[in-house]
Amino acid sequence: MKSKQNIAALMTGALFGFGLGVAQMIDPNKIQNFLDFSGAWDASLMLVLGAALGVSFFAIRIILTQQSPRFASRFALPSKPHVDRSLLIGATLFGIGWGLAGYCPGPGFAALALSSWEPVVFLLTMTAGFILHRFIVRP
Amino acid sequence: MNNFTPWAALMGGLFIGVSASLLLWLNGKIAGISGIANGAIWAKTSDDRTWRVLFVVGLVVGGFMYVALFPDAIQARSGYPLGLVGTAGLLVGFGTALGSGCTSGHGVCGLGRLSFRSLAATLTFLGAGIVTVFLVRHVFGVGI
Repeated sequence: MKSKQNIAALMTGALFGFGLGVAQMIDPNKIQNFLDFSGAWDASLMLVLGAALGVSFFAIRIILTQQSPRFASRFALPSKPHVDRSLLIGATLFGIGWGLAGYCPGPGFAALALSSWEPVVFLLTMTAGFILHRFIVRP
Repeated sequence: MNNFTPWAALMGGLFIGVSASLLLWLNGKIAGISGIANGAIWAKTSDDRTWRVLFVVGLVVGGFMYVALFPDAIQARSGYPLGLVGTAGLLVGFGTALGSGCTSGHGVCGLGRLSFRSLAATLTFLGAGIVTVFLVRHVFGVGI
């Protein structure tokens, strides 16, 4: 089971990363163009999200009728029910960072293939952000 | 509208949706990249750490596969201030950890599950991103 899970993680990660490339989300200009309503607005990302949701919306419904996942004993789903201050402050800080450079976490990793320093710097400070959060918010 | 690429966007989104669905179907996990990467640092068991690291390695490999197949499709950006990129990373890391997710976890998976928390998060980070890009590009004139 464990080795099957690991192979599945690697393969789905690769499919996700490849999809980010196909969608051109590894191009930070593309992201900023999508967020730029007073300039060169590019709606492509709405179609990326729309297509991804079109699949996940139906797939999730079918998958969750199963007793358990194929290679694991249970589904690990987020359980927090309410919108709280952490969610809104966190999403705001994330959005500012997203707009500031045009990278969110997935494309940050997949964009390493473009051999530029940008994703390297982004991933290092993103990791620092994870660590900072751990020590500030959850002592 | 600029550089609108509808077919590539739909095709890429399809791959992303299939990937997220497969991860849930096979391993029972939500494909939220920030959570997977952050969790790899703090995992309590080596099994938990292993799948997370492998998923992230897969992301990198997938990016390289795309660039190998389409070497001229996307050029790396040049001349963008690296200080901004570094600040952005810090905000993205801290913000996604505090807000329990990013574009993939809240956007693709959370909205797919019709989670109200994810809808609130998605609208919030979209709004913050739009305001930020307005300031960066049109007030400070960076990156255009």
